[in-house]
Amino acid sequence: MNRIAQEFHQKAREKASDQAHRQTIRRAIDTYETAVTKGRARFADYEAARERCAEIKWEAVNHLDRYLDQFETNVVQRGGHVFWASDSEHACRYVLELALRHRVKTIVKSKSMVTEEIQLNADLERNGLRVMETDLGEYIVQLRQEPPYHIVTPAMHLSREQIAELFREKIPGDVTGETHEELVGAARRSLRRDFFSAEMGITGANFLVADTGMIAITSNEGNARLCTSRPRIHVAIAGIEKVIPRLQDLAVLWPTLATAGTGQSITAYSTLIGGPRMAGENDGPEEFHVILLDNGRSRLLADPEQRDLLQCIRCGACLNACPVYRNVGGHAYATVYQGPIGSALTPPMRGLAEFQHLSYASSLCGNCTSVCPVKIDLAHHLVQNRRNVVAIGERPWPERTSMRLWAWCMLSAERFKLASRLGRTMLRVLNAMGLAAPILKSWTEHRQLPPVPKSTFRQMWRNNAER
Amino acid sequence: MTLPRITLFIPCFVDQVTPQVAVDMVTVLRRIGCELDYPEEQTCCGQPAYNAGFWKEAASVAEHFVRVFAKSDMVVCPSGSCTAMVRCFYPELLASSPYCEEALALGKRIFEFSEFLVDVAGITDVGATFPYKVTYHDSCHLLRELHVQRQPRELLRQVKEIDFVELGYSEECCGFGGVFSVKFPEISGPMGEVKATNIEATGASFVTACDPSCLMHLDGILRRMRTKAKAIYLASILAAQETAAVPSNGSADVVEP
Repeated sequence: MNRIAQEFHQKAREKASDQAHRQTIRRAIDTYETAVTKGRARFADYEAARERCAEIKWEAVNHLDRYLDQFETNVVQRGGHVFWASDSEHACRYVLELALRHRVKTIVKSKSMVTEEIQLNADLERNGLRVMETDLGEYIVQLRQEPPYHIVTPAMHLSREQIAELFREKIPGDVTGETHEELVGAARRSLRRDFFSAEMGITGANFLVADTGMIAITSNEGNARLCTSRPRIHVAIAGIEKVIPRLQDLAVLWPTLATAGTGQSITAYSTLIGGPRMAGENDGPEEFHVILLDNGRSRLLADPEQRDLLQCIRCGACLNACPVYRNVGGHAYATVYQGPIGSALTPPMRGLAEFQHLSYASSLCGNCTSVCPVKIDLAHHLVQNRRNVVAIGERPWPERTSMRLWAWCMLSAERFKLASRLGRTMLRVLNAMGLAAPILKSWTEHRQLPPVPKSTFRQMWRNNAER
Repeated sequence: MTLPRITLFIPCFVDQVTPQVAVDMVTVLRRIGCELDYPEEQTCCGQPAYNAGFWKEAASVAEHFVRVFAKSDMVVCPSGSCTAMVRCFYPELLASSPYCEEALALGKRIFEFSEFLVDVAGITDVGATFPYKVTYHDSCHLLRELHVQRQPRELLRQVKEIDFVELGYSEECCGFGGVFSVKFPEISGPMGEVKATNIEATGASFVTACDPSCLMHLDGILRRMRTKAKAIYLASILAAQETAAVPSNGSADVVEP
């Protein structure tokens, strides 16, 4: 087992047995589920909306070349810049050079998972820039120097008390009390200063609209609008799979994303941005840059079996639905994208061998598949990843050998009976010696062994028939 | 209606570890007038290898399965998961196999036990009496692959003297997941403990389900936690009648660590 897998096992063990953690997450997800149930009921036909979203994204993904070109043409026509970044380094370098060229000192950011993926903050900070997260959840985990715990609710694992303590330590001058309102007020006062001093705003994009050349951003706090209207330069970074064909597609994508993500009918701020400030306009940035990031996505695109992973709209529904996520939490994964989508995406994106444990860390319950608003069969992707790991010979030899032996036994009832007699006898002997529990520790650590019956069903059937 | 002749598919672990499950299913099927046969060449549907990523091995076992049941009119199985393997996962697994067509046809002739009773035989009252408080866990493949949710509840509601209560978070996985249970016991165990806590909260004496594998795991958890509730397979409740004693999980010779 490699080091990454060992760490996963260790962190999973710590978190899954942490009762306080379990309760915090359960409470958060219960609230979420109540909201989502109501949210779905607001649709005339939520299943039809899912179907339509899946169709739109599938169409876009299958014609990425055309729609990205169209998007670029439209953005450039309005005076924006489009940069095609092949990987993290390429994208980070572009942002850094742009910031240095404009003598930027402070950058405000709205929530963006893709900037987590390329580790943009660390790169900019290494070069002396001050980078402030302005989404409340992101701001909290940034103050704690932690990665986001969840792709939609980054501070889901923290209680109000923990946040109050954090604020008293980090922004003491802004804290006036410990109610929700007072804590939000403290963050707002602190962030307001950054919004007004920042020379650059960085955002992600929920969608790139090809036919109008606009980026669509959804947020609940209004921070994205401040990031895109106040600083002189706005940089939006998005994976190439974010493109959608038509503006009208947002009519179904926006509400479905909001419902799947938080149970809202629509997020509080839905923003479309098409370029820099135009003559006669009194706000907006002087420069508008869009970075289109590949970073392994075209590899997924090339594989017909994995291509639909690019449909993902990062709503986080599969994380909330996942019983493994609910028990081990977001940080145990040690990946940018956690939960089922992370376990499906990370192995093909970052290394099938190193991250194979994630594909196995699932009971394959399929709840992720049943909630996905763009109908990605996530559970099945995990099984396919497992098959791919076996195909490249990355499973340990005892497992390979035992699987071959198992199949050989199962191809004949005679061999199966022989193997089972052997197994049952061994279990009896081990048990008589008091060794069954320690040897079968992976079962007995949490559970009693099942009773071993005197006879098998096939013996009973035969005895019955003979009588 | 006249019932078709039923071929029993008894999954490998039911045969070996929980044969009472199959015995009770046979009791119920005979009681409603089914004629049964049991091809002794049967072994396993191949799911353990399939889920572990060993598709080549899984496919060879699946082909054996298709050969064994090729001539059966209708197959009934006491496991949602194994039924789902044949109906939902064989088409892809055997896509390039010479048995592909036969596998697809077999997928339409195989039914999980409760699904067979309610949807095929059209029976919800099998003449059972079970004077206990019972709750029901929706096992994952049964629920999300076979979409069987209503059938076991209808059967339970017709049992005489039963006190049926719904389980909180009944659709949340129990944590078994086959190889997952031993590859990630540190996650599977706590998932089972969450389920057990929810079961206890109902005050039920029994938790039932349509998947003996989930119940085997839950039974191990419940006994470790020394809860009042016991795990019992659906057919064992349906097989119980006034004169019968409380059904047990198997015969004596109990192996306890």
